[in-house]
Amino acid sequence: MFLRMVCGTFYRQWKKMLMIALTVALGASIATAMLNVMLGVGDKINEELKTYGSNITVVPQSESVISKLYELDEDVRYDYLKEESVNELLTIFWANNIVDFAPETDTTVTLDGNEVRLIGSWFNHHLEFIKKGTTYQRDTGLVNLRSWWDIKSGKWLDEQELNGTDYCMVGETLANEKKLSAGDTIRVKGEHGTKELEIVGIFESGDDEDKCIFTTVTAVQELTDTSGLIKKIEVSAITSPDDELAVKAAKNPSLLTGDEYDLWYCTAYVSSICFQIQEAVPEAAASAVRQIADSEGKILEKTELLMSLITLMSLIGATLGISNLVTSGVMERSQELALLKAVGAKNGQITRLVLTETILTAVVGAVAGYFMGYAFAQIIGQTVFNSSIEMNGMVAFIVAVLIVLVTLVGSIPAIRLVLRLRPSEVLHGGH
Amino acid sequence: MSLLELKNISKIYGDLHALDNVSLNIEKGEWIAIMGPSGSGKSTMMNIIGCLDRPSTGEVIFDGKDISKESRRRLTELHRDKIGLVFQQFHLINYLNAVENVMVAQYYHSMPDEKEALAALERVGLKDRAKHLPSQLSGGEQQRVCIARALINSPELILADEPTGNLDEANENIVLGIFRQLHKEGTSLIVVTHDPEVGEEAQRIVRLDHGKITSDRKNEGFKG
Ligand SMILES: Nc1ncnc2c1ncn2[C@@H]1O[C@H](COP(=O)(O)OP(=O)(O)OP(=O)(O)O)[C@@H](O)[C@H]1O
Ligand SMILES: [Mg+2]
Repeated sequence: MFLRMVCGTFYRQWKKMLMIALTVALGASIATAMLNVMLGVGDKINEELKTYGSNITVVPQSESVISKLYELDEDVRYDYLKEESVNELLTIFWANNIVDFAPETDTTVTLDGNEVRLIGSWFNHHLEFIKKGTTYQRDTGLVNLRSWWDIKSGKWLDEQELNGTDYCMVGETLANEKKLSAGDTIRVKGEHGTKELEIVGIFESGDDEDKCIFTTVTAVQELTDTSGLIKKIEVSAITSPDDELAVKAAKNPSLLTGDEYDLWYCTAYVSSICFQIQEAVPEAAASAVRQIADSEGKILEKTELLMSLITLMSLIGATLGISNLVTSGVMERSQELALLKAVGAKNGQITRLVLTETILTAVVGAVAGYFMGYAFAQIIGQTVFNSSIEMNGMVAFIVAVLIVLVTLVGSIPAIRLVLRLRPSEVLHGGH
Repeated sequence: MSLLELKNISKIYGDLHALDNVSLNIEKGEWIAIMGPSGSGKSTMMNIIGCLDRPSTGEVIFDGKDISKESRRRLTELHRDKIGLVFQQFHLINYLNAVENVMVAQYYHSMPDEKEALAALERVGLKDRAKHLPSQLSGGEQQRVCIARALINSPELILADEPTGNLDEANENIVLGIFRQLHKEGTSLIVVTHDPEVGEEAQRIVRLDHGKITSDRKNEGFKG
């Protein structure tokens, strides 16, 4: 009977019901899209950040101090870091936030009478060591840190496949200038000797590195007679965006109160990660590369705020729309509802009838909206972040709760109307 | 024995006294006609007797209890259990067919039972129309569906507001026949009507004017 009456309403007021379903669908789709993008975007931004390379550099103390004090780029007295210092990165508290890292050392060599910068680094290095009984291992290197390199010919230098260390990758500009291609062997002359390097690949980076040669760390160390030494470490870490605490800590960590210090130390701020790296490698200076990472964090926060607002607005809109539609639906059939009261229906029973109709409609709308939202999220993901956005199971749950709330709140005015409905007035003699 | 007693009932809308200090005693099994000009307060009185409305002042004693101060919820239960209503217009739910319209009253009372509902339709001579929608029924047939709905929960009292107001002679007779039958079975009947012929069918005739009872007499011609 109940069902029959619910169906009757759908049959008679299908336009209104369709409108309610559409309103809910719209609200649900926007909420789904925004929440998914919001929850997915943190990871997206971090992926972006990784593709933009390192966000922390570790250099020897003295260089850090001098080049910062005098803003010198050249003629600074270079000190070196020990190559083993790299291992320490895996032992700090935030080791899991450190996604990639690679040591770097460089020198100027002569190639065909021209001076060229030769950089030694890791490409796909397998790092494995035991410290205090724990085995640490990680595969890391430029393959990840320079993920945006476009290999024009040849392939990535594969440290683990190739024998020996005399291989290199050449930037596109230099390769064009010298008419070099993959498979060629070049002869470079350094301070402490000459080396023949086989070109494994030609890459395009889009910046100054297109004029450089990248080779193994060992090759540069041999040319400069600096065995076991490197000049810097590039680190790519997932960090929390800076807030007031991070700014305060950046000025001087010793000014923080005990609690603040603990909180700062245990949050993945760039500054606290740097601080910990320095603790682990005392002769090094770790500093944040204030590049995209920082502003991305801010933009991320703002985008999230904006998206929360859009979600909120769309839900408020849906609530208002629903309340309007349900109320006018109830008004349209006030005669019928009053009649039900007159044949003995209690307020609660009529409320249940109206709510059932509305919620059934809302469920249909919400399911449709969820899938629409999925599509929206993908469109946003593709256009803004160039990748698909994973659907978060949590979102379905949150959206379901929100839609139920929206429907219930939206039905309040209609229900008040139902409660006020007096059969004696509506049916009064029928004047 | 008294079924229902109105004691000094007034119903006031703004400064209009739709009912003005009315007192009336209704015995169990009695058939009363309430007559009076339009606007005299007949429907208002029916609503109060039928527990659809509460008086502004005065007491309504139903089965020995004053119900005028009861909660709306309680009143709903009372009128659902004890009273069957036939309205001035044929109020049917237009997307439910005849038997379903009867079953609505069962649904809110206890359990819908199609057999019983069909039996009630049979009593009003509409068994073969059970699956018709109200729009497919004539006015008289609709009114009979309303009566079947009023009967379905075996009420002690049936209130009918102008049950024959919109019916032709033939249908009027059918309805009156049903009332006679109900009266024989011991159901109390209160029938509001303009029509003297319908009024004359009752045991007792009460006249209302401007919210006051102007006469209350036994009907000598009652055929019982
Ligand atoms: N809800 C209301 N608000 C204000 N006035 C009302 C209301 N209901 C009824 N009235 C007034 O109370 C008076 C009595 O109305 P009622 O419906 O009882 O008359 P009636 O005797 O049934 O008339 P009719 O024979 O035309 O059905 C009328 O003047 C009517 O306008
Ligand atoms: Mg009336």
